[in-house]
Order: sequence, then structure tokens, then C-alpha cells
Amino acid sequence: MRYRSLFLNFVSASIVFGAWEIAGRIPVSFAFPTFIESMSAFWVLIIEGTLFTAYAETLRPLVIGVVISTVLGVGIGLWIGLSRAFDWLVSPIFIVMQTAPLAALIPLLIMIYGIGLTSKVFVVCIMAMPVIVLNTSAAVRNTPASIIEMGNSFLGSRRDVIIKIILPAASPIVFAGLRLGVSAGFIGAILAELKITPTGVGDIISYSRSIADYPTMYAAILSIILLAVVFLNVLERIEITLFKGTRRNYVSD
Amino acid sequence: MNNISTDVDNAVTVRNVCKNYDNVEALRDLSLEFPRGQLTSILGPSGCGKTTLLKIIAGLLKPTSGEILVNNKPVTGPGPDRAFVFQDFALLPWATVLRNVAFGLELRGVAKSEREAIAEKYIKDVGLTDFEHSYPHELSGGMRQRVGLARALSVDAQVLLMDEPFSAVDEQTRRKFQEDLLDLVKNENKTFLFVTHSIEEAVYVSDQIAILLPRPSRVSEIIRPSGFREKEALNIRRDPEYLDIVDRIWASLRTYVE
Amino acid sequence: MKVFGYRLPGMSSLLLWALLWEIVGQMELTFFLPPLSAIFVTLMEIGTTKVFIKALQETGHAFFVGTFFAIVIGVPVGIMMGKNRLIDEILLPWVNMFLSAPLTALVPVLMVLFGFGLKSIIITTTLFAIWIIVLNSRAGVLQINRSLVEMALSFGASPKDAFFKIYFWAALPEILGGVRIGFIRAVKGVIIGQLLISVVGFGALFELYSSNFLMKHFWAVLIVLFTISFIIAECLAWLERRVSYYAAQR
Repeated sequence: MRYRSLFLNFVSASIVFGAWEIAGRIPVSFAFPTFIESMSAFWVLIIEGTLFTAYAETLRPLVIGVVISTVLGVGIGLWIGLSRAFDWLVSPIFIVMQTAPLAALIPLLIMIYGIGLTSKVFVVCIMAMPVIVLNTSAAVRNTPASIIEMGNSFLGSRRDVIIKIILPAASPIVFAGLRLGVSAGFIGAILAELKITPTGVGDIISYSRSIADYPTMYAAILSIILLAVVFLNVLERIEITLFKGTRRNYVSD
Repeated sequence: MNNISTDVDNAVTVRNVCKNYDNVEALRDLSLEFPRGQLTSILGPSGCGKTTLLKIIAGLLKPTSGEILVNNKPVTGPGPDRAFVFQDFALLPWATVLRNVAFGLELRGVAKSEREAIAEKYIKDVGLTDFEHSYPHELSGGMRQRVGLARALSVDAQVLLMDEPFSAVDEQTRRKFQEDLLDLVKNENKTFLFVTHSIEEAVYVSDQIAILLPRPSRVSEIIRPSGFREKEALNIRRDPEYLDIVDRIWASLRTYVE
Repeated sequence: MKVFGYRLPGMSSLLLWALLWEIVGQMELTFFLPPLSAIFVTLMEIGTTKVFIKALQETGHAFFVGTFFAIVIGVPVGIMMGKNRLIDEILLPWVNMFLSAPLTALVPVLMVLFGFGLKSIIITTTLFAIWIIVLNSRAGVLQINRSLVEMALSFGASPKDAFFKIYFWAALPEILGGVRIGFIRAVKGVIIGQLLISVVGFGALFELYSSNFLMKHFWAVLIVLFTISFIIAECLAWLERRVSYYAAQR
């Protein structure tokens, strides 16, 4: 019974990978390599070290973009949550950004900032920021009124109430927003590499596609999906241990 | 009362019922009889399996062993001879009061005009006239439970199973409900099974009180108040026998309350 | 926000931003930001051209077919996962994975498998939308009040009645929430798909306008896109609010 979920994970993974292998062997398409071919291509990418140099390249705009989005996003979000006037002025922009297909801005960014790192960082930022801002402001605004009243009734200053009550109460949802922001940032980083200039993993994908080396292409795509999923899962674990017992009820996108 | 030879006529009989969840023993060898036309309370501390017992009688849960007889027929599942009143009302939030009250009949395939006519009657009986087209979220807790009660009455089952029906309404509404319940028992010829955790409530409304003790649950005592049942509803709460029974039950339950 | 005792409506500050945009545009500070009025004039001009209408049609087609599949597959799968533990345990890890995976990376695969056309874009759209729909439908079924189900059973409901009269309606607020988020994701998916497979729809238009530095045209298309996606999101949010009155108290 204890190993049930582990066993079922194994079963469902075998079904999917098995189906992939069989579909590759038929083959369903000339561009559909088998699971084993893709895995060996993955192995080659690792031992040749190509994958690591590629990720050093790919992660740079992602990390810079996520850091900028976090600092700016949480800051703006807090401000929106605390000030009615700022809320009225700024949040409509983020609400529109949240629903809009911002990827369409990429050609414009290329025109303005060229095809370098700046454009890519920008792509990551516009993807990651709205969800961070909206989660942070919602978290601040939804602080239970009773604990703020408690702080006021015990003569806490405005500063005390913000730092000791509102911020800690908001932090689980803020963190959840950050996780969603990172998730959107990954989309941005890959989009930037596929659309702006092929560097890093995007380069492996584009190049191997152009020479019809499909196993390598699949391996590179699998690696980036795996990396994103593992990293986001780690963040979620951290979130769960950090905010054990707090109600987690966040705005998703 | 209907005395046939030596035995009382029982609407519901529970015989040697055991219920286990995995390794936890919820009910052990429980036997209990519910006389026809009377209200029997099942009273006990939380976690004593009151609700489990009621759901087994309703046919919503299967006992691990033992049997339930309703009108001398064994229970295999839910049936038209029993109707359930839920603690949290279990109203369809997307349906009007009228449809909610008629829902039991709807599931039994009664035609729309017919079931709505029946529902109208019971909506009037529970005092919700003019609220037929309201939705549950527009009603107070007490009114919602009246809808739940009307729904149970409208299917005209002989046995009413009530699972802590008044625990989610406020104290004053609850007192009104208790008085109404006494009238209902007197006027409708139905058998009531009433689960509660309130000692006063059980003594106030019951013809018979079964006290369940936990871990594993068994019937520890059956009390039949005799003196004040015929009295005016307003005088019951100061009747000496009422007060004595309340005290006696608390004395036996208090060690089980943490 | 109140000014002189008058409550300003929620999105009214956008007008202020539009004014700011107009001023910056008129000052000709940057080539990339033409005045808003000029953009609207351009919008009126290209709005009736064949290329634009064709792009809108192609995008709309891909979007609706993509979301249609996402709903038709996603909702039943989600309900099944909510009702059956084994199916749930087998599928849930994958759904969670695809929910957070950067699906953009899959577009090149779709391109080589399904060609540089509408088919790939439709599949991209479905892929973007489906996972959140599955997950929300599942959550909707899981949170159904036990006593509603017991109530139906105690009145002798058949499994079919229980499904159509209880499960579906009780899960509806969550399902609609999932569909709303799915639609928002689908808008992003359809645009990302078109950007990467830049031969159809707005992808081709963007390519055309940006290579010829037609800024007004570019912004005009962007504004149309943003407006449409915002309207879609708001309509679904309105629909969701209509059923959410009972989401709180099931």
C-alpha cells in the first residue's frame, strides 16, 4: 500500500514511454524517433557537455529576467495592495497584460532592443511580471481584516501592521505568484531563443531540426521541459514546507 | 400505541450491526429497536458513530455484519420507505426551493405538475409560502433546513432519518424547530430517528433516547421519559423529570468528553 | 478610488494611460510609439483589408477549433479523474507536468510532425488550454459535497441522474473557471504558435509589418488582439460569476 503511488507512477511512465517507443518504431512519422533513440541522443548531449554549455546560455536571460520581475513585481504588487489610488492607476494595465498574448510584442522588442540579451530579458519579464504583481496585490488586499484590526487594537503603528501582519500573511500567496512567474518566465526564455536568435537550448533545437537530427531535437526539448518541471516542483515543495498550515488559495493565471 | 402480543411494533430494527473502516471498529454488535410512530433520539459524544448508524439504516453505508429491518424487511440500500434530513441541508444550490422540495419526487420519476403540487403543499406546511422561487443562498439557515424537511416529508416515507438537523441553525430558531417537531410527531403518523449531540434537545423531543458510548460504539442505556410527554410544550423544560434526565445523561457522558 | 466623492469605475485609468500615450506619441520622442490617434486611423484603414480579415479568420478558426478540442477532451477526462482513483493516479502526474511545462518548446516538434500550417497551430492552442481545464474539472468533482451525493442516493437516484443532476452542476463553477483560464492560455498559445510558425494569420502580418517598420500597423494589430482577448476573458468571468453564487456554499 505504501508503494502504491510509486508503483502507479512507474506504471504510467512505462505506458507513456512504451507508447512513444512503439509509435517511433512503426514509425508514425519520419520525424518521430523512438524513445530509446531520443534517450541515447540525450546521453550524448550530456557526455559531450553540449547540454551544459547550452543551459549556461539559456538560463542567463531567464535568471536575470526572473530576478528583475521578482523585485519589481513584488514591489509594485505591494504598492497596489496598500494604496487605493495606485491600485486604480496601475492594476488595469497588469490585468490587461495578464489576459493579453504578450508574445506578440516580441517583434517590437527585437526592433527596439535588437537581438541580444536585453530583448530576451525583456521577453522573460513581460511574461513573468503580471502574475507576480497580481498575486502580490491580491495577497495584500485579502489579508483577513480581523488580524489587521487586532494589530490596530493593540496600538500597532501603520509600519508595524504592514511589516508584522500584512507581509507575513501575504507571503504564501506572494510565493505562489513567484512560482507561477518562474513558470511563465520559462515560456518566455524558450520563446526568446526560438524566435529572436537561436542560442543555448534553442540553438540545439533549431540546428538539429535543420539537419533532421530528430533524436537530438527531441532530447533537447525533453531536457528543457524536465528542467522546468523539476525546478517548479522543488519550488512547490519549498512553498509547502515554508508555509505549512497556511491556507493556500491563490490567483492562478 | 400498538401492542401486538408481548412486543411493541417496531418500524426499524437494528440487529447485531458491526461496522469496520479498515482497521478501525466504528460500531460493535449494536442492536436497537425503534417503535413505530415515535421519535427516538440517538445521543452520544462526538465520534461515537451516531451518524454512521443512521447512514447504515438509510442504506447509504453497508454494515460489515448484522442486519437492519424496516417494516420487517431487510435493508439492502436506500428505499422509498425512508427519507433523510441532512445536517448541512444538502440542498441543490442551483435549484429553486420548489425544485429542491420536489427533488425527491423528481428522482422517483413523478410527473412535473404532480410533484410540484405536492411540493407546494409541504412548502406551505413548513411555512415557506412565497419563497418557492427563491434560491437556497437567499434563505437563512433555518429556512434552508425547512426546505430539507419539506423535501423529506414530500416523498411520504414512513421513517424519517434526521442527522443532527438543527445543529447548523441558531439557538432561537432551533427551539422553534423543536416545538414544531413535537407537533410533527403528534400529527404525522411517522417514525422519527433523530441523531443529536445536544442532551437537552434529545430529552425535550424524544419518546425514547438511546445513549451511545464510543470506542467501539455500543448502546449503553435506553431512557424512556414518561411524565412530561403529554404536557404543554412550554412547560417541558421546567418539569422535574426533564431536569433529572438531563442531569443523569450528563453524569454518564461527561467522562467521555475530552 | 474616489475623486470628489465620485467613484471612478474600475478600468477608467486606462483612458488616462491612453491620453499619456497620445501625448508621448505627438511629441515624437520615439519612432516606436506613434500617437494613439494615428494608430486608430491606421486600424480603420487596415481593418477592412483582405489580409487583415484573413488573418483574423485564420486565428479565430485555430483558436475556436483548438479550444473546442480542449473542452471536449479536457472536461470528461477531468471528471473521470475526479471520480476514479486509479485513472487519477495514472494521469495526474502527467497533467501536472504539462500544466507547468514550457509548452513553447513543443512547437518545433509539432512543426515537423504536422507541418507549417493551421494544424500545428490548432494543436498548440489545444495543448496550452487543455491541462488547466482537466485539472479544474477534476477539482470540481473532488470538492462536491458528499451529502448532496448521499441525498440523491437516499432518494433512489440512478447513476445517470446522479451524474446529470448532481455531479455536473455541482462541478460547474470549477469547470467554468478552468475553461476561462484555458481560453486565456489558448489566446497566448495561438499567438505563440503563429509567431513561431510565421506563415499564417497574425504571425505573417507581424512578420510583414515589423520587417517594413510599419509601426502604426503593428500597434493597430496588437490593440485588436489585446482587446479581443480581454473581452473574451471578461465574458467568461461574467459567466463564471453567474454560477459562483453557489460555489461558496455547496
